[in-house]
Amino acid sequence: MTTAFRLPKGGRIDRTKPIVVRFNGREVPAFQGDTAASALLANGIHFVGRSFKYHRPRGIMSHGSEEPNALLDVDRGGNRREPNNRATVVEAFDGLALKSQNHWPSLTFDVGEINDRLGAIFVAGFYYKTFMWPPKFWTSVYEPIIRRAAGLGQAPTAPDPDRYAQRHAHAEVLVVGAGPAGIAAALVASEDPNKRVILCDEQAEPGGALLHDVTSEIDGVPTSAWVKAAIETLDARENVTILPRTTAFGYFNHNHVALAERITDHLRVPLTGLPRERLWQVRAGRVILATGAHERPLVFADNDRPGIMLAESLRCFVNRYAVLPGRQIVIATTGASAYRAAIDLKAAGASVTVVDLRLEGDCGTELVAAVHAGVEVLTNHTVIGSHGRQRVTGLIVAKLDGNGAVGAPRVLACDCAGMSGGWTPAVHLFSQSRGKLRFDSGLDAFVPGASVQAETSAGSCRGVYDLAATIADGAKAAGGSRAVAASPTYTSFQPARIMPAPPGQKPVKAFVDFQNDVTAKDIKLAVAEGFTSIEHVKRYTTTGMATDQGKTSNMNALGLLAGQLATEIPAVGTTTFRLPYTPVTFGTFAGPNRGDLFDPARVTPIHDWAVANGAKFEDVGLWKRAWYFPARDETMHQAVARETKAVRTSAGIFDASTLGKIEVTGADAAEFMNRIYTNAWTKLEVGRCRYGLMLKEDGYVFDDGVAARLSPTLFHVTTTTGGAPRVLAHMEDFLQTEWPDLKVFLTSITEQWAVIAVQGRRAREMIAPLIEDIALDDAAFPHMAVRTGHIAGVPCRLFRVSFTGELGFEINVPADYGQAVWEAVYESGRRFDVTPYGTEAMHVLRAEKGYIIVGQETDGTVTPDDLGLSGLVGKAKRDFVGKRSLVRPDVVATGRKQLVGLRTGDLSLILDEGAQIVADPNQTVPMKMIGHVTSSYMSANIGRSIALALVVDGRRRMNERLHVTTPNGFAQATVVEPVFLDPEGVRLHA
Amino acid sequence: MRFSLLSLVRNAFSNHQNWGRQWRQPEPKKTYDAIIVGAGGHGLATAFYLASEHGLTNIAVIEKGWLGGGNTGRNTTIIRSNYLYDESAALYDHALKLWEGLSQALNYNVMYSARGVLMLAHNHHDVMSFKRHIYANRLNGVDNEWLSREQVKDFCPPLNISPDIRYPVVGGALQRRGGVARHDAVAWGYARAADALGVDIIQNCEVTGFKRDASGAIAGVETTRGPIATKKVGVVAAGHTSVVMARAGLRMPLESFPLQALVSEPVKPVFPCVVMSNTIHAYISQSDKGELVIGAGTDQYVSYSQQGGLHVTTHTLDAICELVPEFRRMRMLRNWGGIVDVTPDRSPILSKTPIAGLYVNCGWGTGGFKATPGSGHAFAHTIAHDTPHAVNAPFTLDRFRTGRLIDEAAAAAVAH
Repeated sequence: MTTAFRLPKGGRIDRTKPIVVRFNGREVPAFQGDTAASALLANGIHFVGRSFKYHRPRGIMSHGSEEPNALLDVDRGGNRREPNNRATVVEAFDGLALKSQNHWPSLTFDVGEINDRLGAIFVAGFYYKTFMWPPKFWTSVYEPIIRRAAGLGQAPTAPDPDRYAQRHAHAEVLVVGAGPAGIAAALVASEDPNKRVILCDEQAEPGGALLHDVTSEIDGVPTSAWVKAAIETLDARENVTILPRTTAFGYFNHNHVALAERITDHLRVPLTGLPRERLWQVRAGRVILATGAHERPLVFADNDRPGIMLAESLRCFVNRYAVLPGRQIVIATTGASAYRAAIDLKAAGASVTVVDLRLEGDCGTELVAAVHAGVEVLTNHTVIGSHGRQRVTGLIVAKLDGNGAVGAPRVLACDCAGMSGGWTPAVHLFSQSRGKLRFDSGLDAFVPGASVQAETSAGSCRGVYDLAATIADGAKAAGGSRAVAASPTYTSFQPARIMPAPPGQKPVKAFVDFQNDVTAKDIKLAVAEGFTSIEHVKRYTTTGMATDQGKTSNMNALGLLAGQLATEIPAVGTTTFRLPYTPVTFGTFAGPNRGDLFDPARVTPIHDWAVANGAKFEDVGLWKRAWYFPARDETMHQAVARETKAVRTSAGIFDASTLGKIEVTGADAAEFMNRIYTNAWTKLEVGRCRYGLMLKEDGYVFDDGVAARLSPTLFHVTTTTGGAPRVLAHMEDFLQTEWPDLKVFLTSITEQWAVIAVQGRRAREMIAPLIEDIALDDAAFPHMAVRTGHIAGVPCRLFRVSFTGELGFEINVPADYGQAVWEAVYESGRRFDVTPYGTEAMHVLRAEKGYIIVGQETDGTVTPDDLGLSGLVGKAKRDFVGKRSLVRPDVVATGRKQLVGLRTGDLSLILDEGAQIVADPNQTVPMKMIGHVTSSYMSANIGRSIALALVVDGRRRMNERLHVTTPNGFAQATVVEPVFLDPEGVRLHA
Repeated sequence: MRFSLLSLVRNAFSNHQNWGRQWRQPEPKKTYDAIIVGAGGHGLATAFYLASEHGLTNIAVIEKGWLGGGNTGRNTTIIRSNYLYDESAALYDHALKLWEGLSQALNYNVMYSARGVLMLAHNHHDVMSFKRHIYANRLNGVDNEWLSREQVKDFCPPLNISPDIRYPVVGGALQRRGGVARHDAVAWGYARAADALGVDIIQNCEVTGFKRDASGAIAGVETTRGPIATKKVGVVAAGHTSVVMARAGLRMPLESFPLQALVSEPVKPVFPCVVMSNTIHAYISQSDKGELVIGAGTDQYVSYSQQGGLHVTTHTLDAICELVPEFRRMRMLRNWGGIVDVTPDRSPILSKTPIAGLYVNCGWGTGGFKATPGSGHAFAHTIAHDTPHAVNAPFTLDRFRTGRLIDEAAAAAVAH
């Protein structure tokens, strides 16, 4: 296979491995080592896409991650497809499928190109000025059209087959960028074998710009040999990690740097088990940024035609990929570096003309070298336009006279053009590190100012362009020195914001931001309309907001803005650089956190038993809780009816292990409890339990639960399932910041104890055979008492408590024994037909008794008195958290919502939890609402539906008939006491 | 010059040479009838309504940086009004009604797009909370409806409603009038309209102190561009409100947190509405430009840094990839942060203060954008009449003393 523009030798491609990629279905022969861009250019294909707004034909402009134009849809097979890939960084492999984007019906014939003809209307911000009438048309007509026209590529439509990994790493030195400065830094930094050094680079192999420099020498050897030797040295050092294809994209506080490593995208068949990408989170002692510089395009009319490329990119394609981007090449430049490209292209066989804006006298030795090499050079010339539509056919150039006036235009025919407007250091990561940039007028660029983190910038990312100086700078950044002799580098340039053009030139499109189709005229318009801050200009014109984030456009935009405002660039300032440096796959951030690993599922020690016994589960926070235990084909309703009846008639067994549990220990434990809870704890006897309410400082109920005093200095506290972490945090907050004098330790013991609730009149009989060392009779072990002893031979903390209103015990055993003890208790209960019940039955049982659930009856706006629990607020207590808030005027005012019961007129109607309550259903909207339903169930034990509600002045409305919303209008309900069963509580003492 | 298709075409013929400034760049005067501190959306809207509805045109908006550069230009632009409490529903629906005619009122296309805001329920608690909201909203005349799991999928086809994911979608609450708008255009539209009525917008001018008269009332402000006399100052400084108010000697019940958002690379239309899931912390819509606009949660710790932690972003993208697995191969284009000011009850403060002539509008937390027109409208009334408008009367600074809180966060467990 031969390709027309592939040179017979040279380049870093592997000519022993020919491959074929596809572009819009067409076969494109290439070699291993090509990028999508070099493969296309080797076949003479420049025109690869359409621009965002005007749908203008666009080609490949650059050779790296700054590419604004050549965005392709890439399909690697097996649902590995995604849009907007920069052709210049996509590594080619056999079978890779590339497609152009943003056109219909085809790349060469695109209806959207009409936008280019209408460009006179579609200026910056035009959409803010129109599409306003009729008002309804925005959403129904205008917006859908605009949305379809925008958007570049097509989002992936199939689930991603790949997986992603994440890794944290620590290093003494992280070097970002493996060009000459980065390599020199890594060499010096890693000399001490105790220093861990990470060297990362976005390219497939280290070397940076040296990979396409075939003429320079370092210490007498070609740059490629120098790179090879340096990398071999680094490879041999065990303290060095080299990460190719790895982009440092985010720089956070404390030298925390995020890297995205691309592992399989360059492989035709990804090796099984390899993740596609890996997110590295590196914490580095020192970060050395050696991120290089970007070449600036020139701003002139029609500077965007396919075939017009950055000059250094021409040099890269010819040297690194052995691709001649054209046979007749004109390079427009304002500086010296473009001559390197001209000389190398000439040597490769192209005819080359350089059009230099500078006067001959301002040029350096590069001019002599180029002329000597046979390059035609036109100094003191400007470029004012281009010819061609889908491929450049000529540049329009003109000589400047002594006063800078533009002379007669003439056309230099070409099939490819270069442009070079100087260099812009890549200061993105430095800026992200919060370092302040400094404008260097000599370099005509922003460079890093003082560092704010342990960071050093080195090489061309801080404007040190000369090769030998760059290497020395890298070494210095790592704390050493390295003096090398290297070929001189042509670096000077004359800044030009926009190329001189004849006055009165017809309206033209001279692009600043290529991807977002922002022209010099747009920036002028923005300024005329009063958008003078660079942030305003950016947002109004969208310059710098495309997927390349302005890597090639920012300096030209700033320069043009400064020119419009008749000021200097430093006075304009620069925009904030945002992460990521280049776009990063969502999957890389998400990593393995998908499916079951999205959040850890917490399960109790008794979970397996519940699974084996057919439980249905519900998510409660992170927990999987047994919801109900359907027998055969029971519905949930039937199962819950059976479970709740069993508890009231005989006995039920319930896994309460998810309850939050905290041990409060220390000499001041009782005092601490007294301050944290509303009720009194200091006089609680050892061996007794108490139900407690906890408020936040605002006086509203925060959590509740039973706590037991196991010794004078030890409380076993329980919290709600969902509240456990925040209660512990709340307690620690007060202990550490408000009461550091208290001698108290807090320990979460939620995971240490399994909790088995045995409830019902047979509860005592069920557990008695398993317990020898605790007297269980009512006198010795009354309600709200706690004992320690053994059950089935296992140490236990046995609570006599009830959340059902029945005689009940909660058996706490070490978690590892949880299932064994559960099984023993269950076995023991078989003679009473003990029934396992789930959270739904638990909810019904407690609602029958009017027991609240925090988070259901409360919502952060409910006081103890609202719940009818003012008796739990210690009036005599000097202080407790929330006490002061309870006397605020609006907290003690009448008209607060209070907890009541509701009975519906229709016995079978189960109200919606969350339903609103009104006194008068016939009022007009907006209606006066006086409350809402907090809990609502069918109670098999009572034989009707029951509900709890918060109603304004509810306790004064007993027997009042109210109206509750349902999906089909209002239902009647009567206000009753919130206790539906056994109001005297005799069952507790069965 | 009035904006219209006609004026656009006419200017195209003159090569767009004749567009005037959208707002002037005036020097501060010695005296104004009122000064608004902060040229974000809320501050500019306040100035616009002061001028257009209350006849106060000798006023200025003073801005430390550039107008619209704070949270107005950093948020994810979600607009809805389906709040639980009567007070909140009234305030946010007041705003929503203004949104519906805002482009025409300002003669500036703010691209208010009522494509529907869908909030996902993942568990029993969500269902109960959403139903409580829906019932309350309906009785308040605010649209909000319950969607079953299948209806959720019909309304937003890209969503994964499989029962096999960690937190399956069990249903959702949909406000069809909800949607998004172009945030920058809101600031610019209000700025242009206010400027046209004579309001001075003074950028790059920081308020460094307050002047008081013998009675203690406001007499003016000190700024980096000199003192300015005025008897009325409205502070609308979002995340820095507590800093500005401290210069008046008032300590505000506010905490400031970093809040992050991000966008993807632009793609063709793929996501039709706004989806919010508070349970798994995912907020997503697609901009007219094609970018997926994704909101993250706040950092856990207070800070004035406009940079949040990476783990907050990763957690948000975990959730997005769970809800729409196809998006795993999409790429993040840009990630940024803002500073949000949060009150103890997560509801805003639009209020008079203990200092005569000083008014404050703050505490919008993570959800202030949607309220912009209503907030400005009510705050202008408060300043002009020295007494609150009916819709902001409950949102006093004093409520944290009296206890009449409006705790939407507690009630909803849903971010604003």
